[in-house]
Amino acid sequence: MSKIAVSTTVNGDPAEFLCDAGETLLDVLRGSLGLTGSKEGCASGDCGACTVMLNSQMVCSCLVLAVEAEGKSIATVEGVAEGSVLHPVQRQFLEHGALQCGFCTPGFIVAAKALLEVNPDPDETEIRYWLAGNLCRCTGYDKIVRAVSAAAAELRQDSKAQRSAA
Amino acid sequence: MTTLTYHAPRTREEAVALLAADPTAKVLSGGTDLIVQMRGGRAAPTAIVDIKNVSAMMSVLGNDGRYSIGAAMPCTGMLRDEGLCKAWPGVVEAANLIGSVQVRNRATMGGNLCNASPAADSIPALIAAGATVLIVGPSGIREVPVEQVPVAPGKTSLTAGEFVVEIRLPVRPARSSDAYLRSIPRTEMDIAVVGAGVSITLDEAGTCTAARVALGAVAPTAILVPEAGAALVGSKLDGAAMDAMAAAVRAACRPIDDKRGTAEYRTAMAGVLAKRTALIAAARAKGEA
Repeated sequence: MSKIAVSTTVNGDPAEFLCDAGETLLDVLRGSLGLTGSKEGCASGDCGACTVMLNSQMVCSCLVLAVEAEGKSIATVEGVAEGSVLHPVQRQFLEHGALQCGFCTPGFIVAAKALLEVNPDPDETEIRYWLAGNLCRCTGYDKIVRAVSAAAAELRQDSKAQRSAA
Repeated sequence: MTTLTYHAPRTREEAVALLAADPTAKVLSGGTDLIVQMRGGRAAPTAIVDIKNVSAMMSVLGNDGRYSIGAAMPCTGMLRDEGLCKAWPGVVEAANLIGSVQVRNRATMGGNLCNASPAADSIPALIAAGATVLIVGPSGIREVPVEQVPVAPGKTSLTAGEFVVEIRLPVRPARSSDAYLRSIPRTEMDIAVVGAGVSITLDEAGTCTAARVALGAVAPTAILVPEAGAALVGSKLDGAAMDAMAAAVRAACRPIDDKRGTAEYRTAMAGVLAKRTALIAAARAKGEA
């Protein structure tokens, strides 16, 4: 059977790949595109380890067909840092020790960054509800929630500094 | 292994033709059920017809107080329509209890309805709302009440080649609102043990003039309980009327025992939940919530 050619954008760069109709976006990201940051935990949309942004909406890439990426824009955990400079969410995860085995971390980073883009000052309840689709079996979530809260504070400080500089 | 083809029609007519041409074709909207079923071997279509490129399927349209919600409109997308959220808060909140944010950014009420789970969250809310669906197929268009779509767990009344294109919500009268509650052991990412949707209309004195009560997870399909709604009409939602409503709810329950709850628990809880839901709907109808 002939493969389907898909043209898309991944982390700001044009990307093209060939896939079968039944392949998921996660399969293609990890396979032909070599972006193994997104993880397959459950393959049923329950764990969030495969979370990516699809046209600025966070989704489980295991629940998206690769062919659906045609003409769309995808952002993965690989695009979160700017070169060697970590995003505040990433840095605060390190500062707070918000991971142990690290398997769920890419999904949490993408989801937490997405939260702070729509809600710069979330309270603990809002953080926990937003991240309900990301499962972590190591940390007990507490350090993750604190890291996201600290990243939010840092980002608010940054934007305040930018505003007063302008 | 059979080969799978993927189609992304741009028009409704094209989608109808593709589905009519292949009886095993499956409609893809959010994919949060279909892709899981395909991976688990419970669905093995030879073709997928992705309806998200048909623009009307991805819209919320308000027209003279009525709302049409495209079958592929993601649950979170409805939150962006202020008028819809104000008119039908119960429907919007039910759809936004499904799964996680990641899931709701893809999952749709059209898919929730056609997946026909007895525990689907949006179905009781839509039934309580008096919603209808527009169905198209090889023999034309028909509009049916939501409660006539699911017929058994995982089964719908749709015939070969038919699919849901739109969910329609009627005009919301004055002093009228709705609510949906579900009972689960945790607060997110779970499947309803019981779900209750209530839509209520009050007169100026606060007397109930119309009420629809619908339940999920207590029967093979989500159900409308006309006797429960009737028990509220003419009352000011006093204790006696609420008890009569809850009794009608319990009498309509035909649940199963499973790992999420016993039939006895579900039945008792359905009455409790329906009361709580009715109070929220009434408070909203009075503009108090």
